[in-house]
Amino acid sequence: MPVKTTENGEFKPLIVAFCCNWCSYAGADLAGTSRLSYPADVKIIRVPCSCRVNPLFILRAFQRGADGVIICGCHPGDCHYTTGNYYARRRMTLLFSMLDYLGIERKRTRVEWVSAAEGVRFSEVMNDFAKHITELGENKKLEDLRCKKSLD
Amino acid sequence: MHRIGVFVCWCGTNIAATVDVKAVAEAARKEPGVVFATDYQYMCSEAGQALIRQAIKDNALTGVVICSCSPRMHEATFRKTVQAAGLNPYMLEIANIREQCSWIHKDIKEGTEKAIILARTAIAKVMLNKPLTAGESAVTKRALVIGGGIAGIQSALDIAEAGYEVDIVEKQPTIGGKMTQIDKTFPTLDCAACILTPKMVDAAQNEKIKIFSYSQVEEVKGFVGSFKAKIRKKARFVDENLCTGCGDCTSKCPSKKNKNEFNLGLDNRPAIYIPFAQAVPKVAVIDAEACIKKKTGKCGLCEKVCSAGAIKYDQQDEIIEREYGAIVVATGFNPIKLDKYDEYAYSQSPDVVTSLELERLMNAAGPTQGTLLRPSDGTHPHTIVFIQCVGSRCDDARGKSYCSKICCMYTAKHAMLIREKYPDTDVHVFYIDVRTPGKNFDEFYRRAVEQYGVDYIKGMVGKVIPHDGKLLVQGSDLISNEQVKIDADMVVLAAAIEPDPTARSVATMLTASIDTNDFFTEAHPKLRPVESPTAGVFLSGVCQGPKDIPETVAQASACAAKVIGLLAKDKLLSNPCVARADESLCSGCSVCQNVCPYGAITYEDREFRIPGPKRSEIRRVAQVNEAVCQGCGACTVACPSGAMDLKGFSTKQIMAEVDAICR
Ligand SMILES: Cc1cc2nc3c(=O)[nH]c(=O)nc-3n(C[C@H](O)[C@H](O)[C@H](O)COP(=O)(O)OP(=O)(O)OC[C@H]3O[C@@H](n4cnc5c(N)ncnc54)[C@H](O)[C@@H]3O)c2cc1C
Ligand code: SF4
Ligand code: SF4
Ligand code: FES
Repeated sequence: MPVKTTENGEFKPLIVAFCCNWCSYAGADLAGTSRLSYPADVKIIRVPCSCRVNPLFILRAFQRGADGVIICGCHPGDCHYTTGNYYARRRMTLLFSMLDYLGIERKRTRVEWVSAAEGVRFSEVMNDFAKHITELGENKKLEDLRCKKSLD
Repeated sequence: MHRIGVFVCWCGTNIAATVDVKAVAEAARKEPGVVFATDYQYMCSEAGQALIRQAIKDNALTGVVICSCSPRMHEATFRKTVQAAGLNPYMLEIANIREQCSWIHKDIKEGTEKAIILARTAIAKVMLNKPLTAGESAVTKRALVIGGGIAGIQSALDIAEAGYEVDIVEKQPTIGGKMTQIDKTFPTLDCAACILTPKMVDAAQNEKIKIFSYSQVEEVKGFVGSFKAKIRKKARFVDENLCTGCGDCTSKCPSKKNKNEFNLGLDNRPAIYIPFAQAVPKVAVIDAEACIKKKTGKCGLCEKVCSAGAIKYDQQDEIIEREYGAIVVATGFNPIKLDKYDEYAYSQSPDVVTSLELERLMNAAGPTQGTLLRPSDGTHPHTIVFIQCVGSRCDDARGKSYCSKICCMYTAKHAMLIREKYPDTDVHVFYIDVRTPGKNFDEFYRRAVEQYGVDYIKGMVGKVIPHDGKLLVQGSDLISNEQVKIDADMVVLAAAIEPDPTARSVATMLTASIDTNDFFTEAHPKLRPVESPTAGVFLSGVCQGPKDIPETVAQASACAAKVIGLLAKDKLLSNPCVARADESLCSGCSVCQNVCPYGAITYEDREFRIPGPKRSEIRRVAQVNEAVCQGCGACTVACPSGAMDLKGFSTKQIMAEVDAICR
């Protein structure tokens, strides 16, 4: 299991961010180039388009102890593949509507649109999401599940 | 067995200052599958790349992870490096420990911890990488230019000059675009026809250029290097090859009262017409809705007078299919309709005109042979008021939020030309700002004010009231802070410009993108300004954003250079990270086909061995056309059987990344 506390005992969430290559990943790069910080808790996985994000990946992350998962894509209408983010938006709406039922708090997920030019927005989105997840605390609900034991 | 090598870059101090690179290499070395890990100051330098190549050979590496700057920066470089050492270029992953780590975290402990996790995530992924080979596709050495304004003409001429074939498809009966309607051009005041018509003739005479006038592109299929287009050549009821452009028919045609589009409805034309004397091609067109023969079957006068026998009343639309390697969008613009601006009385008084209408009223080939007369009564106007920014920089829904860019300059031009020709005419210009950022532009505007005595009033016009054959203009002068009333003979509105109404459908047809105002968007606003995000589709002229003629021509030539660069290639390498269906899992359900934005998926019947007496069965399974697939991955998630996967971003690879992050 990942270490989730700092030396002085504060909670450090584990956040997985899926970023599409053309907009959001480039937005993250711009945040980096502009030295705009956001918590190190956020770890980015690069996907070609937000429509490549399978709901499975999100469930897997929660199953493995993630406290928050965020999906970032291009703004509606700007997807490099024209319609990918519309698929992502619909799929995630559906998935999120079922999360509480699965034992994952819905508030631990988010979909955000960040363009390649929005380095500032990328860091703001990540700061805000990390703050929100830190306030929510550790993803205990899923940890209680039996299936977790067999996974370790 | 995997033999992975990990290379941690310091990027000088860019990474090394907040990430303990030695610790990252040390941690990576402990990961399963890793047989070699090291750090170096600049991995992308020649020495760094040599180090990687040597390590691949010495350690018989099967995969490489480079912990460095963003893959968007040097992925291509490092792919070449590993390939030079005999590895497949796709057996490489990059951990972005600069943009995503060292540059945004200040604490070295925090930075190092995160870098280690990013490294192990990349290691977990590369273990599942498979060698991939980029496909090759041929390039059809011909370009399609949609729109034959100055932008399309310039692009076509430049491409043809380089030796490639070009087709221009223009929806109007003649090429030339808006520039054919302009009288003189700022900032030099040379006549538009004198500089444009020779180019139109050059295009017509160039044997590499084919002009499809009065035509529209109906369908485009395919991809960069091999597009297939269907062009509809509308029936003009005149045989283009026989018509000599003599115009005998046009003078005899009895149906004379039809709005002349070329003069913006300021006068009439016959049912059979040639748009203007220098039209290219100079071929007559019959307007079927006005033609008596087409409507009633009687008349047929033009057929009788045409000595060339060119009139063909039964001509049909023709569909032409052609292949292209590249497509140039040059669909241009139109001034906006002013029906929502009735405070300026545009629909109430014929003496309130748009700037483009004024161009016609001042043009020697226009309805008044170049004498500026009031459309209402044909008298000389003695007071003229110009109103700028009509519908531009407008924050309500009636207009456009952007600056149309050309209006300040053409209004200064109009004001100056009127003052020069008719010194007894008073000219007032209401403006919000005068924007003149171009070579010799500000000098031009100052000449209008200082030398020609044009009265510029900073302020807005509230209302134009037609009364007793005059126009009362009520406005405010923001500098003297006074209300202004001017009794004018004519009012000229500098209407905002907007993309051609077909822009949206053209964009959809080409899967190119447009912005909220329907201007085409470029692949990168600064670094790739003449390419659209769709490979093989290029942008020329005002279709991409407001521009004057010099800027349009510069962009058109830049666009041509990009097209020539593409057509000069014999083969194109395609992205090998494409989708693939596992035929044994595919149920042929068609879900993937429905989500694919590129139509890359088709179905084929395959024979499968099955248990039982039948031994085999035929099933319909998905096939991805690798040359068409762009690798978005939409289908992989949609597939209910888990049969569709994306090479380079496979479900297993991404799951492994998730696991590595959450370990
Ligand atoms: C009143 C006025 C005065 C101006 N004065 C000046 C001046 O003095 N100096 C200066 O530098 N600039 C001036 N301009 C600007 C100038 O007109 C433009 O910069 C120039 O015309 C842009 O050329 P273009 O080829 O991009 O667009 P356009 O001229 O609009 O040409 C586009 C062409 O594409 C065709 N088309 C559109 N859609 C399709 C389709 N789907 N299929 C086939 N064909 C299609 C259209 O019919 C048209 O022929 C003025 C503009 C206006 C409105
Ligand atoms: S046939 Fe039509 S186009 Fe020809 S002269 Fe008669 S009305 Fe005019
Ligand atoms: S990856 Fe995208 S482009 Fe390729 S087949 Fe699937 S949906 Fe179509
Ligand atoms: S490429 Fe960014 S959402 Fe599709």
